[in-house]
Amino acid sequence: MPMSVTVSNLPAAVSSAAGHSRPVGATTEPRWVRAVLIGVAVAFLGLFLLVPLLAVFVQAFEKGAPAFFRALWDPDSRSAVGLTLLTAAVTVPLSTIFGLVAAWAIGKFHFRGKNVLLTLIDLPFSVSPVIAGLIFVLIFSGTHGWLGPSLEHWGIKIIFAVPGIIIVTMFVTAPFVARELIPLMQAQGTEEEEAARVLGASGWQTFWRVTLPNVKWALLYGIILCNARAMGEFGAVSVVSGHIRGRTNTMPLHVECLYNGSGADSGPAAAFAVASLLAVLAMLTLVLKSYLEWKTARQLARAGDCPDSRPNESGTVALETTGRRDATEEKSP
Amino acid sequence: MSIEVRHISKTFGTFEALRDVSLTVASGELVALLGPSGSGKTTLLRVIAGLEQPDPGSGQILFHEADVARCNPGDRRVGFVFQHYALFRHMTVFENIAFGLRVRPKKLRPMAGVIRDRVNHLLKMVQLDFMADRYPNQLSGGQRQRVALARALAMEPKVLLLDEPFGALDARVRQELRQWLRRLHDEIHVTSVFVTHDQDEALELADRVLVMNDGRIEQIGTPDDVFHNPRTEFVVNFLGQVNRFHGRVRDGKVHFATLTWESPEHASAPETAAHVFVRPHDLDVELTRNGHPAFPATVHHIHSAGPNVRLELIAESGERLWAELPQERYRALALSAGSQVFVSPREVKVFPRVAEEAAGEIAELAG
Repeated sequence: MPMSVTVSNLPAAVSSAAGHSRPVGATTEPRWVRAVLIGVAVAFLGLFLLVPLLAVFVQAFEKGAPAFFRALWDPDSRSAVGLTLLTAAVTVPLSTIFGLVAAWAIGKFHFRGKNVLLTLIDLPFSVSPVIAGLIFVLIFSGTHGWLGPSLEHWGIKIIFAVPGIIIVTMFVTAPFVARELIPLMQAQGTEEEEAARVLGASGWQTFWRVTLPNVKWALLYGIILCNARAMGEFGAVSVVSGHIRGRTNTMPLHVECLYNGSGADSGPAAAFAVASLLAVLAMLTLVLKSYLEWKTARQLARAGDCPDSRPNESGTVALETTGRRDATEEKSP
Repeated sequence: MSIEVRHISKTFGTFEALRDVSLTVASGELVALLGPSGSGKTTLLRVIAGLEQPDPGSGQILFHEADVARCNPGDRRVGFVFQHYALFRHMTVFENIAFGLRVRPKKLRPMAGVIRDRVNHLLKMVQLDFMADRYPNQLSGGQRQRVALARALAMEPKVLLLDEPFGALDARVRQELRQWLRRLHDEIHVTSVFVTHDQDEALELADRVLVMNDGRIEQIGTPDDVFHNPRTEFVVNFLGQVNRFHGRVRDGKVHFATLTWESPEHASAPETAAHVFVRPHDLDVELTRNGHPAFPATVHHIHSAGPNVRLELIAESGERLWAELPQERYRALALSAGSQVFVSPREVKVFPRVAEEAAGEIAELAG
């Protein structure tokens, strides 16, 4: 980010101007302190992130490549992959639409209860996924839920079935897109939309030609995060799915089943084979995320820069967003 | 095309941005809305454009005698230049200017070639034809401003509205763009209204100036008229620097700063307190009394850089005031800080304060 570059360069320039003969970096700690700090960070990352990731692949291929592919080609595994893809295919578009609508409302209009809405959007982040699952069991359970018995009467089954999985995933992934778009839309303001209206554009034309292109990268970024969560969610889905193999098991649930299972096709190797798929997905997500992050940062910088050319404002916006984004990542799996 | 605003009010919550405002802009005229921030000038402009709805039941807005109060902004055929330009940041300069033509319904949309020619023509007019493929963030403030103007003109507006068009630019670019806009207006003669808080800009550029304060129109007139014949204290105060004296009106004379000034227009007025305004360039400075009504003062500070010399004076009563002299006159007087001088006004503006005096006395009694 351009802001951080300026900040770290500044003290160096100041101190050398003040007459130091030796070029001094932004920080003045001795070399060994830096080495220790970097060493600790690298060791931590290696131990807690890289080693487990490697372990997944090592374990997956423990019994050889044929066993690996057999585990993946198992009907229950295929069904789990299918269900996970179906869940993502339904929830990601819905969350995207919800996110766009909510961000549009919050970023472009003034209305009462705006802060309440903002807080509500964050609710799924602050509620434990297991609790989220239980909430929906309480609402939809066939035996003791509020709506369950009457739905059952009509032959609609939600808990321990696919609709329940989709509903809790919706709940858990709802904030991702909205949270990405709101700060950007707020920073961009409504002037461009007003300009489009005065120039004769209809509401749809304004949306498609002005609003959407302006938030394109942040939107994609939100969708990527949302998709990763939709495919990886365990807690909430675990509560409502009932773990019926071949029917209501998503990939994360299936990994657990395989790991704990005692059948011939179960065991750690099979579990890690399926888990490796999720790991690949996670890495893909990371790569895409970094690329899109870079794109959105540039766009945010422009959001403050283009209309009124006040550089410090764009800097503040970019910094705020980074701070918030880090907070989001801590909560996401 | 003419614009007529009749008895428009606009409130935001409890804030009254416009209070019963009426004005008429003749076809082809260039009118400035001048006022401090919060005076309602931008709101008035946005109401004319249709970006704000006036309070329900509060009058009409007519374009060429047709009521447009119910029309969408897009149907009013107004060109609007936003204070911060509001260029579409993801479009090139060319696409920005073409936008208004491209979003037209299919029946009314010009052919691609026609759009290209029109945009290129506008780019030449705003002297940016070499910038067609740039993005807004690659342009300077003055260039963005001209793109915004070209974009507004592309749809051949019947009315051009500009919100603080030079507000975000530095002094030299402002000056250049100001003259350029005046020439442009003389060429294309589109009815134009622009908002500004800069009196020089309003007085230099506009055919007529409308001074606003607190949601009301204080005065409408030619630049010459509002500058030389201000009708309210606010207008005097707002249009350039002015010295204010507390005085009294009695029998067609004004008494202030130990001198008496003939004021025949207040001959029939009852005796009352008054504010007396004198512009710095209307104060003459002499070393001796020369028969004109004058009061003594001490030179406190001299600012001699600039076309005129500005003197900061302290009157005997302790009041500080400014006087402005041509350089030759200043050299002839050979003034320095601490010099004793006699100050005689050439022209004064008197505003009796009948109502306020009564209120003030009550407040004093209460206090």
